[in-house]
Amino acid sequence: MSTVELSPADLQLQVALQLLKQAGREVSVDAPAGSTPWLQAVVDALCELSSRDALTGLANRRQFEVTIAREIDRVARAGEPALVLMADIDHFKAVNDTYGHPAGDQVLKAVAAALQDCVRPMDTVARYGGEEFAIILPNCPPAFGHLVAERIRSKVGRRPVNVAPGVDVPVTISIGGAFAPQWVRSSAPLWIERADRQLYRAKAEGRNRVCLEPAAVCQVSAEEKGLLFGTSQFQDLE
Amino acid sequence: MAVTSGKGGVGKTFISANLAAALSRRGERVLVLDADLGLANLDVVLNLHPKITLHDVFTGKAELEEAILPAPGGFSVLLAGSGMVEYSRLTSEVRDQLLAIIDKVKPRFDYILLDTGAGISDVVLFAVSLADQVLVVATPEPTSMTDAYATIKVLATQQSRRAIKLVVNQVGRLGEGRTIRGQLQQVVDRYVSPLLGGPSEALKLELVGEVPTDTAVREAILRRQLLMDMLPGCAAAKAIGLLADKLLA
Repeated sequence: MSTVELSPADLQLQVALQLLKQAGREVSVDAPAGSTPWLQAVVDALCELSSRDALTGLANRRQFEVTIAREIDRVARAGEPALVLMADIDHFKAVNDTYGHPAGDQVLKAVAAALQDCVRPMDTVARYGGEEFAIILPNCPPAFGHLVAERIRSKVGRRPVNVAPGVDVPVTISIGGAFAPQWVRSSAPLWIERADRQLYRAKAEGRNRVCLEPAAVCQVSAEEKGLLFGTSQFQDLE
Repeated sequence: MAVTSGKGGVGKTFISANLAAALSRRGERVLVLDADLGLANLDVVLNLHPKITLHDVFTGKAELEEAILPAPGGFSVLLAGSGMVEYSRLTSEVRDQLLAIIDKVKPRFDYILLDTGAGISDVVLFAVSLADQVLVVATPEPTSMTDAYATIKVLATQQSRRAIKLVVNQVGRLGEGRTIRGQLQQVVDRYVSPLLGGPSEALKLELVGEVPTDTAVREAILRRQLLMDMLPGCAAAKAIGLLADKLLA
Protein backbone atom coordinates (compact mmCIF):
# COMPACT_ATOMS: atom_id res chain seq x y z
CA MET A 1 0.00 0.00 0.00
CA SER A 2 1.41 3.36 -0.96
CA THR A 3 1.11 6.43 1.20
CA VAL A 4 -1.19 9.07 -0.22
CA GLU A 5 -0.44 12.69 0.53
CA LEU A 6 -3.34 14.07 2.54
CA SER A 7 -4.95 17.07 0.99
CA PRO A 8 -7.51 18.90 3.14
CA ALA A 9 -9.27 19.86 -0.05
CA ASP A 10 -10.30 16.20 -0.45
CA LEU A 11 -11.95 16.11 2.96
CA GLN A 12 -15.64 16.75 3.48
CA LEU A 13 -15.58 19.16 6.42
CA GLN A 14 -18.83 21.05 5.95
CA VAL A 15 -20.72 19.09 8.60
CA ALA A 16 -17.88 19.38 11.10
CA LEU A 17 -17.47 23.12 10.57
CA GLN A 18 -21.20 23.66 10.78
CA LEU A 19 -21.29 21.77 14.06
CA LEU A 20 -18.46 23.85 15.52
CA LYS A 21 -20.08 27.08 14.35
CA GLN A 22 -23.36 26.13 15.98
CA ALA A 23 -21.57 25.32 19.23
CA GLY A 24 -19.90 28.72 19.11
CA ARG A 25 -16.45 27.21 18.70
CA GLU A 26 -15.41 28.52 15.34
CA VAL A 27 -11.87 27.68 14.37
CA SER A 28 -9.66 30.68 14.79
CA VAL A 29 -6.06 29.82 14.08
CA ASP A 30 -3.36 31.93 12.53
CA ALA A 31 -3.10 29.71 9.47
CA PRO A 32 -4.86 29.53 6.11
CA ALA A 33 -7.96 27.36 5.88
CA GLY A 34 -6.95 23.97 4.52
CA SER A 35 -3.41 24.06 5.91
CA THR A 36 -2.22 21.38 8.32
CA PRO A 37 -2.23 23.70 11.39
CA TRP A 38 -5.78 24.74 10.53
CA LEU A 39 -6.84 21.11 10.15
CA GLN A 40 -5.26 20.33 13.52
CA ALA A 41 -7.26 23.17 15.07
CA VAL A 42 -10.46 21.72 13.58
CA VAL A 43 -9.69 18.30 15.02
CA ASP A 44 -8.83 19.81 18.41
CA ALA A 45 -12.06 21.78 18.46
CA LEU A 46 -14.05 18.65 17.59
CA CYS A 47 -12.34 16.70 20.38
CA GLU A 48 -13.09 19.47 22.83
CA LEU A 49 -16.71 19.57 21.67
CA SER A 50 -17.12 15.81 22.03
CA SER A 51 -15.91 15.92 25.62
CA ARG A 52 -18.42 18.55 26.78
CA ASP A 53 -22.02 18.33 27.87
CA ALA A 54 -24.08 20.36 25.41
CA LEU A 55 -26.41 21.93 27.97
CA THR A 56 -24.13 22.78 30.88
CA GLY A 57 -20.72 22.98 29.21
CA LEU A 58 -19.31 20.67 31.90
CA ALA A 59 -17.25 17.61 31.08
CA ASN A 60 -19.58 14.93 29.77
CA ARG A 61 -19.79 11.29 30.78
CA ARG A 62 -17.20 10.28 28.19
CA GLN A 63 -14.66 12.80 29.43
CA PHE A 64 -15.43 11.85 33.02
CA GLU A 65 -14.61 8.21 32.33
CA VAL A 66 -11.28 9.14 30.75
CA THR A 67 -10.42 11.37 33.73
CA ILE A 68 -11.39 8.89 36.42
CA ALA A 69 -9.38 6.11 34.77
CA ARG A 70 -6.33 8.39 34.77
CA GLU A 71 -6.94 9.32 38.38
CA ILE A 72 -7.16 5.67 39.44
CA ASP A 73 -3.82 5.13 37.78
CA ARG A 74 -2.29 8.03 39.71
CA VAL A 75 -3.70 6.84 43.01
CA ALA A 76 -2.32 3.35 42.40
CA ARG A 77 1.12 4.61 41.41
CA ALA A 78 1.60 7.61 43.67
CA GLY A 79 -0.71 6.78 46.57
CA GLU A 80 -2.20 10.25 46.46
CA PRO A 81 -5.59 10.54 48.12
CA ALA A 82 -8.41 11.26 45.68
CA LEU A 83 -12.08 11.87 46.28
CA VAL A 84 -15.06 11.31 44.02
CA LEU A 85 -18.29 13.12 44.81
CA MET A 86 -21.63 12.28 43.27
CA ALA A 87 -24.13 15.14 43.53
CA ASP A 88 -27.81 14.95 42.69
CA ILE A 89 -30.36 17.75 42.57
CA ASP A 90 -33.09 17.16 45.16
CA HIS A 91 -36.65 16.80 43.87
CA PHE A 92 -35.63 17.71 40.33
CA LYS A 93 -38.64 15.99 38.83
CA ALA A 94 -40.88 18.35 40.75
CA VAL A 95 -39.07 21.33 39.18
CA ASN A 96 -39.71 19.93 35.70
CA ASP A 97 -43.32 19.08 36.52
CA THR A 98 -44.09 22.42 38.15
CA TYR A 99 -42.18 24.91 36.00
CA GLY A 100 -41.59 22.98 32.78
CA HIS A 101 -38.50 21.52 31.15
CA PRO A 102 -36.93 24.84 30.07
CA ALA A 103 -36.92 25.82 33.74
CA GLY A 104 -35.38 22.46 34.58
CA ASP A 105 -32.63 23.17 32.07
CA GLN A 106 -31.97 26.52 33.71
CA VAL A 107 -31.66 24.84 37.10
CA LEU A 108 -29.20 22.32 35.63
CA LYS A 109 -27.13 25.15 34.19
CA ALA A 110 -27.15 27.12 37.42
CA VAL A 111 -26.11 24.11 39.49
CA ALA A 112 -23.39 23.27 36.97
CA ALA A 113 -22.02 26.81 37.20
CA ALA A 114 -22.10 26.75 41.00
CA LEU A 115 -20.28 23.42 41.12
CA GLN A 116 -17.63 24.57 38.67
CA ASP A 117 -17.24 27.73 40.68
CA CYS A 118 -16.23 26.09 43.94
CA VAL A 119 -13.57 23.62 42.84
CA ARG A 120 -9.91 23.98 41.91
CA PRO A 121 -8.79 24.11 38.26
CA MET A 122 -7.32 20.61 38.62
CA ASP A 123 -10.70 19.15 39.64
CA THR A 124 -13.15 17.75 37.11
CA VAL A 125 -16.84 18.52 37.31
CA ALA A 126 -18.93 16.38 34.98
CA ARG A 127 -22.56 15.94 34.18
CA TYR A 128 -22.89 12.24 34.91
CA GLY A 129 -26.44 11.88 33.65
CA GLY A 130 -29.83 13.54 34.08
CA GLU A 131 -29.62 15.67 37.21
CA GLU A 132 -26.60 13.83 38.58
CA PHE A 133 -23.12 15.36 38.62
CA ALA A 134 -19.77 13.79 39.39
CA ILE A 135 -16.73 15.60 40.72
CA ILE A 136 -13.22 14.17 40.78
CA LEU A 137 -10.89 15.83 43.29
CA PRO A 138 -7.30 14.63 42.86
CA ASN A 139 -4.88 15.02 45.74
CA CYS A 140 -7.64 15.77 48.23
CA PRO A 141 -6.55 14.86 51.77
CA PRO A 142 -9.20 12.86 53.67
CA ALA A 143 -9.32 15.56 56.35
CA PHE A 144 -10.59 18.10 53.79
CA GLY A 145 -13.12 15.89 52.01
CA HIS A 146 -16.10 16.82 54.09
CA LEU A 147 -15.20 20.50 54.05
CA VAL A 148 -15.03 20.62 50.26
CA ALA A 149 -18.26 18.69 49.78
CA GLU A 150 -20.04 20.85 52.34
CA ARG A 151 -18.83 24.01 50.61
CA ILE A 152 -20.25 22.76 47.32
CA ARG A 153 -23.57 21.79 48.89
CA SER A 154 -24.06 25.12 50.66
CA LYS A 155 -23.01 27.12 47.60
CA VAL A 156 -25.75 25.52 45.51
CA GLY A 157 -28.38 25.93 48.21
CA ARG A 158 -27.53 29.54 48.97
CA ARG A 159 -29.23 31.15 46.01
CA PRO A 160 -32.54 30.18 44.37
CA VAL A 161 -32.50 29.89 40.58
CA ASN A 162 -34.45 32.50 38.69
CA VAL A 163 -36.29 30.56 35.98
CA ALA A 164 -38.69 33.27 34.82
CA PRO A 165 -39.35 36.90 35.74
CA GLY A 166 -40.40 36.83 39.37
CA VAL A 167 -40.07 33.03 39.63
CA ASP A 168 -37.25 31.84 41.89
CA VAL A 169 -36.86 28.13 42.46
CA PRO A 170 -35.03 27.05 45.59
CA VAL A 171 -32.54 24.30 44.72
CA THR A 172 -30.62 21.94 46.97
CA ILE A 173 -28.34 19.02 46.24
CA SER A 174 -27.40 15.84 48.05
CA ILE A 175 -23.80 14.72 47.88
CA GLY A 176 -22.21 11.30 48.40
CA GLY A 177 -18.50 10.69 48.28
CA ALA A 178 -15.78 8.08 48.59
CA PHE A 179 -12.00 8.18 48.57
CA ALA A 180 -10.09 5.90 46.22
CA PRO A 181 -8.20 3.23 48.14
CA GLN A 182 -4.63 4.49 48.11
CA TRP A 183 -1.88 2.44 46.44
CA VAL A 184 -4.50 0.08 45.13
CA ARG A 185 -5.51 -0.28 41.51
CA SER A 186 -9.19 0.26 41.96
CA SER A 187 -11.81 0.37 39.25
CA ALA A 188 -13.99 3.23 38.13
CA PRO A 189 -17.31 1.36 38.49
CA LEU A 190 -16.56 0.32 42.07
CA TRP A 191 -15.32 3.74 43.09
CA ILE A 192 -18.42 5.39 41.64
CA GLU A 193 -20.62 2.74 43.21
CA ARG A 194 -19.16 3.50 46.63
CA ALA A 195 -19.78 7.22 46.21
CA ASP A 196 -23.25 6.48 44.86
CA ARG A 197 -24.08 4.41 47.92
CA GLN A 198 -23.26 7.44 50.06
CA LEU A 199 -25.45 9.58 47.81
CA TYR A 200 -28.36 7.23 48.46
CA ARG A 201 -27.62 7.51 52.15
CA ALA A 202 -27.69 11.33 51.91
CA LYS A 203 -31.04 11.11 50.11
CA ALA A 204 -32.44 8.66 52.62
CA GLU A 205 -31.33 10.78 55.55
CA GLY A 206 -33.40 13.68 54.29
CA ARG A 207 -31.56 15.25 51.32
CA ASN A 208 -29.62 18.55 51.16
CA ARG A 209 -26.68 16.96 52.96
CA VAL A 210 -23.27 15.39 52.50
CA CYS A 211 -22.43 11.77 53.27
CA LEU A 212 -18.88 10.51 52.81
CA GLU A 213 -17.84 6.89 53.17
CA PRO A 214 -16.19 6.48 56.57
CA ALA A 215 -12.54 6.48 55.53
CA ALA A 216 -11.02 4.83 58.58
CA VAL A 217 -12.65 1.52 57.85
CA CYS A 218 -9.67 -0.33 56.43
CA GLN A 219 -7.12 1.26 58.68
CA VAL A 220 -6.15 -0.30 61.93
CA SER A 221 -5.74 2.23 64.72
CA ALA A 222 -3.10 2.15 67.44
CA GLU A 223 -5.73 1.21 70.05
CA GLU A 224 -6.90 -1.69 67.92
CA LYS A 225 -3.33 -2.89 67.56
CA GLY A 226 -2.79 -2.44 71.28
CA LEU A 227 -5.74 -4.67 72.07
CA LEU A 228 -4.83 -7.14 69.31
CA PHE A 229 -1.39 -7.73 70.77
CA GLY A 230 -2.48 -7.57 74.38
CA THR A 231 0.39 -5.56 75.74
CA SER A 232 2.53 -2.64 74.71
CA GLN A 233 5.32 -4.94 73.55
CA PHE A 234 4.63 -4.19 69.91
CA GLN A 235 4.65 -0.45 70.23
CA ASP A 236 8.07 -0.36 68.64
CA LEU A 237 6.50 -1.51 65.41
CA GLU A 238 4.57 1.68 64.96
CA MET B 1 -15.46 -20.35 49.42
CA ALA B 2 -12.94 -17.55 49.07
CA VAL B 3 -9.47 -17.97 50.52
CA THR B 4 -7.90 -14.63 51.39
CA SER B 5 -5.39 -13.18 53.83
CA GLY B 6 -4.70 -9.47 53.75
CA LYS B 7 -0.97 -10.04 53.82
CA GLY B 8 0.87 -11.92 51.09
CA GLY B 9 3.22 -14.80 51.73
CA VAL B 10 1.23 -16.44 54.52
CA GLY B 11 0.55 -19.60 52.54
CA LYS B 12 -2.78 -18.77 50.97
CA THR B 13 -2.18 -20.62 47.72
CA PHE B 14 -0.44 -23.46 49.56
CA ILE B 15 -3.48 -23.89 51.82
CA SER B 16 -5.92 -23.59 48.89
CA ALA B 17 -4.17 -26.28 46.86
CA ASN B 18 -3.65 -28.73 49.70
CA LEU B 19 -7.10 -28.18 51.16
CA ALA B 20 -8.52 -28.89 47.70
CA ALA B 21 -6.55 -32.15 47.63
CA ALA B 22 -7.77 -33.08 51.12
CA LEU B 23 -11.39 -32.34 50.19
CA SER B 24 -11.06 -34.38 46.97
CA ARG B 25 -9.69 -37.28 48.96
CA ARG B 26 -12.86 -37.10 51.03
CA GLY B 27 -14.97 -37.54 47.91
CA GLU B 28 -15.78 -33.91 47.21
CA ARG B 29 -15.70 -32.50 43.70
CA VAL B 30 -13.43 -29.47 44.04
CA LEU B 31 -12.42 -26.66 41.70
CA VAL B 32 -9.74 -24.14 42.59
CA LEU B 33 -10.08 -20.90 40.70
CA ASP B 34 -7.09 -18.62 40.56
CA ALA B 35 -8.82 -15.40 41.49
CA ASP B 36 -5.48 -13.63 41.90
CA LEU B 37 -6.00 -12.32 38.42
CA GLY B 38 -3.00 -10.06 38.25
CA LEU B 39 -0.35 -12.25 39.77
CA ALA B 40 -1.39 -15.82 39.35
CA ASN B 41 0.82 -18.43 40.99
CA LEU B 42 -1.35 -21.44 41.55
CA ASP B 43 0.29 -22.88 38.44
CA VAL B 44 3.68 -22.45 40.10
CA VAL B 45 2.59 -24.23 43.28
CA LEU B 46 1.07 -27.10 41.32
CA ASN B 47 3.82 -27.23 38.71
CA LEU B 48 1.34 -26.94 35.88
CA HIS B 49 2.06 -25.44 32.50
CA PRO B 50 -1.38 -24.83 31.09
CA LYS B 51 -1.83 -24.16 27.40
CA ILE B 52 -5.31 -22.81 27.92
CA THR B 53 -6.17 -20.41 30.74
CA LEU B 54 -8.92 -18.12 31.95
CA HIS B 55 -7.37 -15.44 29.78
CA ASP B 56 -8.21 -17.43 26.65
CA VAL B 57 -11.77 -17.90 27.87
CA PHE B 58 -12.10 -14.17 28.54
CA THR B 59 -10.80 -13.30 25.09
CA GLY B 60 -12.97 -15.92 23.42
CA LYS B 61 -10.02 -17.98 22.20
CA ALA B 62 -11.11 -21.08 24.08
CA GLU B 63 -14.15 -22.69 25.63
CA LEU B 64 -14.51 -22.75 29.39
CA GLU B 65 -14.40 -26.58 29.33
CA GLU B 66 -10.95 -26.57 27.79
CA ALA B 67 -9.58 -24.33 30.54
CA ILE B 68 -10.72 -26.53 33.44
CA LEU B 69 -7.71 -28.74 34.04
CA PRO B 70 -7.12 -31.75 36.26
CA ALA B 71 -4.64 -31.00 39.06
CA PRO B 72 -2.33 -33.52 40.73
CA GLY B 73 -4.42 -33.80 43.91
CA GLY B 74 -7.52 -35.13 42.15
CA PHE B 75 -9.26 -31.77 41.93
CA SER B 76 -9.76 -29.35 39.03
CA VAL B 77 -8.18 -25.97 38.49
CA LEU B 78 -9.02 -22.93 36.47
CA LEU B 79 -5.81 -20.96 36.09
CA ALA B 80 -5.62 -17.30 35.30
CA GLY B 81 -2.51 -17.26 33.11
CA SER B 82 -0.01 -14.46 32.99
CA GLY B 83 -1.96 -12.61 30.30
CA MET B 84 -4.46 -11.78 33.00
CA VAL B 85 -2.31 -8.97 34.34
CA GLU B 86 -4.39 -6.61 32.23
CA TYR B 87 -7.40 -7.70 34.29
CA SER B 88 -5.89 -6.54 37.55
CA ARG B 89 -8.22 -3.65 36.88
CA LEU B 90 -11.67 -4.77 37.78
CA THR B 91 -13.72 -3.66 34.82
CA SER B 92 -17.38 -4.47 34.51
CA GLU B 93 -16.48 -6.94 31.74
CA VAL B 94 -14.19 -8.84 34.09
CA ARG B 95 -16.89 -8.87 36.74
CA ASP B 96 -19.51 -10.15 34.31
CA GLN B 97 -17.18 -12.76 32.86
CA LEU B 98 -16.15 -14.07 36.27
CA LEU B 99 -19.76 -14.17 37.40
CA ALA B 100 -20.83 -16.04 34.28
CA ILE B 101 -17.98 -18.54 34.64
CA ILE B 102 -18.73 -19.25 38.28
CA ASP B 103 -22.42 -19.67 37.53
CA LYS B 104 -21.59 -22.15 34.81
CA VAL B 105 -19.24 -24.32 36.85
CA LYS B 106 -21.21 -24.15 40.10
CA PRO B 107 -23.50 -27.14 39.51
CA ARG B 108 -20.60 -29.43 38.70
CA PHE B 109 -18.63 -29.00 41.92
CA ASP B 110 -19.26 -29.38 45.63
CA TYR B 111 -16.57 -26.86 46.51
CA ILE B 112 -15.16 -23.97 44.54
CA LEU B 113 -12.15 -22.39 46.20
CA LEU B 114 -11.34 -18.88 45.06
CA ASP B 115 -7.65 -18.29 45.68
CA THR B 116 -7.54 -14.51 45.91
CA GLY B 117 -4.65 -12.10 45.73
CA ALA B 118 -3.03 -10.46 48.72
CA GLY B 119 -4.30 -7.17 50.05
CA ILE B 120 -7.74 -5.63 50.05
CA SER B 121 -7.93 -4.45 46.45
CA ASP B 122 -11.13 -4.24 44.47
CA VAL B 123 -10.39 -7.49 42.67
CA VAL B 124 -9.92 -9.30 45.97
CA LEU B 125 -13.05 -7.76 47.48
CA PHE B 126 -15.03 -8.62 44.38
CA ALA B 127 -13.79 -12.21 44.31
CA VAL B 128 -14.63 -12.58 47.99
CA SER B 129 -18.07 -11.08 47.40
CA LEU B 130 -18.85 -13.98 45.06
CA ALA B 131 -18.27 -16.56 47.77
CA ASP B 132 -20.74 -17.96 50.29
CA GLN B 133 -17.99 -18.42 52.84
CA VAL B 134 -14.68 -16.71 53.51
CA LEU B 135 -11.59 -18.40 54.85
CA VAL B 136 -8.96 -15.97 56.12
CA VAL B 137 -5.42 -17.31 56.33
CA ALA B 138 -3.18 -15.71 58.95
CA THR B 139 0.08 -16.52 60.67
CA PRO B 140 1.05 -15.63 64.25
CA GLU B 141 3.27 -12.82 62.93
CA PRO B 142 2.03 -9.40 64.09
CA THR B 143 2.01 -8.00 60.54
CA SER B 144 -0.08 -10.91 59.28
CA MET B 145 -2.49 -10.59 62.20
CA THR B 146 -2.88 -6.86 61.63
CA ASP B 147 -3.59 -7.36 57.93
CA ALA B 148 -5.95 -10.25 58.63
CA TYR B 149 -7.80 -8.02 61.08
CA ALA B 150 -7.99 -5.20 58.51
CA THR B 151 -9.40 -7.65 55.97
CA ILE B 152 -11.95 -9.00 58.44
CA LYS B 153 -13.00 -5.45 59.29
CA VAL B 154 -13.51 -4.49 55.64
CA LEU B 155 -15.43 -7.68 54.88
CA ALA B 156 -17.71 -7.11 57.86
CA THR B 157 -18.39 -3.45 57.18
CA GLN B 158 -18.44 -3.44 53.37
CA GLN B 159 -19.82 -6.88 52.56
CA SER B 160 -21.93 -7.43 55.67
CA ARG B 161 -20.14 -10.65 56.56
CA ARG B 162 -21.22 -11.90 59.97
CA ALA B 163 -19.24 -15.16 60.02
CA ILE B 164 -15.67 -15.55 58.86
CA LYS B 165 -13.57 -18.71 59.03
CA LEU B 166 -9.99 -18.49 60.16
CA VAL B 167 -7.07 -20.81 59.62
CA VAL B 168 -3.79 -20.03 61.34
CA ASN B 169 -0.78 -21.18 59.36
CA GLN B 170 2.78 -21.64 60.65
CA VAL B 171 1.87 -22.05 64.31
CA GLY B 172 4.78 -22.91 66.60
CA ARG B 173 2.69 -25.16 68.82
CA LEU B 174 -0.83 -26.52 68.72
CA GLY B 175 -3.27 -24.28 70.53
CA GLU B 176 -1.63 -21.12 69.23
CA GLY B 177 -4.41 -20.86 66.63
CA ARG B 178 -6.99 -20.68 69.40
CA THR B 179 -5.09 -17.89 71.13
CA ILE B 180 -4.87 -15.91 67.90
CA ARG B 181 -8.54 -16.37 67.13
CA GLY B 182 -9.28 -15.15 70.66
CA GLN B 183 -7.14 -12.06 70.21
CA LEU B 184 -8.73 -11.23 66.86
CA GLN B 185 -12.23 -11.88 68.17
CA GLN B 186 -11.60 -9.61 71.14
CA VAL B 187 -10.63 -6.67 68.90
CA VAL B 188 -13.52 -7.44 66.54
CA ASP B 189 -15.99 -7.39 69.45
CA ARG B 190 -14.66 -4.09 70.66
CA TYR B 191 -14.12 -2.18 67.40
CA VAL B 192 -15.94 -3.91 64.53
CA SER B 193 -19.18 -5.36 65.84
CA PRO B 194 -20.37 -2.00 67.28
CA LEU B 195 -20.17 -0.62 63.70
CA LEU B 196 -22.52 -3.33 62.50
CA GLY B 197 -25.47 -2.36 64.67
CA GLY B 198 -26.59 -4.34 67.68
CA PRO B 199 -25.35 -7.52 69.34
CA SER B 200 -27.41 -9.68 66.98
CA GLU B 201 -25.25 -8.39 64.14
CA ALA B 202 -21.95 -9.27 65.83
CA LEU B 203 -19.22 -10.77 63.69
CA LYS B 204 -18.09 -14.24 64.66
CA LEU B 205 -14.68 -15.67 63.82
CA GLU B 206 -14.56 -19.44 63.61
CA LEU B 207 -11.22 -21.18 63.91
CA VAL B 208 -11.39 -24.02 61.42
CA GLY B 209 -7.77 -25.11 61.57
CA GLU B 210 -4.20 -24.50 62.55
CA VAL B 211 -1.27 -25.71 60.50
CA PRO B 212 2.07 -26.14 62.30
CA THR B 213 5.37 -24.92 60.95
CA ASP B 214 6.82 -28.01 59.28
CA THR B 215 10.01 -28.41 57.27
CA ALA B 216 8.05 -30.70 54.94
CA VAL B 217 6.01 -27.71 53.78
CA ARG B 218 9.08 -25.87 52.58
CA GLU B 219 10.29 -28.98 50.83
CA ALA B 220 6.97 -29.59 49.09
CA ILE B 221 6.85 -25.98 47.90
CA LEU B 222 10.41 -26.13 46.59
CA ARG B 223 9.65 -29.41 44.79
CA ARG B 224 6.42 -27.88 43.57
CA GLN B 225 4.41 -30.81 44.82
CA LEU B 226 1.33 -31.08 46.94
CA LEU B 227 2.19 -31.78 50.54
CA MET B 228 -0.82 -34.11 50.70
CA ASP B 229 0.76 -36.24 47.95
CA MET B 230 4.38 -35.98 48.99
CA LEU B 231 4.17 -36.54 52.74
CA PRO B 232 0.55 -37.20 53.73
CA GLY B 233 1.66 -38.32 57.19
CA CYS B 234 3.52 -35.18 58.23
CA ALA B 235 2.11 -32.85 60.88
CA ALA B 236 1.12 -30.05 58.46
CA ALA B 237 -0.62 -32.47 56.06
CA LYS B 238 -2.56 -34.00 58.96
CA ALA B 239 -3.60 -30.53 60.08
CA ILE B 240 -4.91 -29.72 56.60
CA GLY B 241 -6.81 -33.01 56.70
CA LEU B 242 -8.41 -31.90 59.95
CA LEU B 243 -9.26 -28.57 58.35
CA ALA B 244 -11.08 -30.42 55.55
CA ASP B 245 -12.93 -32.57 58.10
CA LYS B 246 -13.99 -29.47 60.01
CA LEU B 247 -15.30 -27.79 56.86
CA LEU B 248 -17.30 -30.87 55.93
CA ALA B 249 -18.67 -31.44 59.41
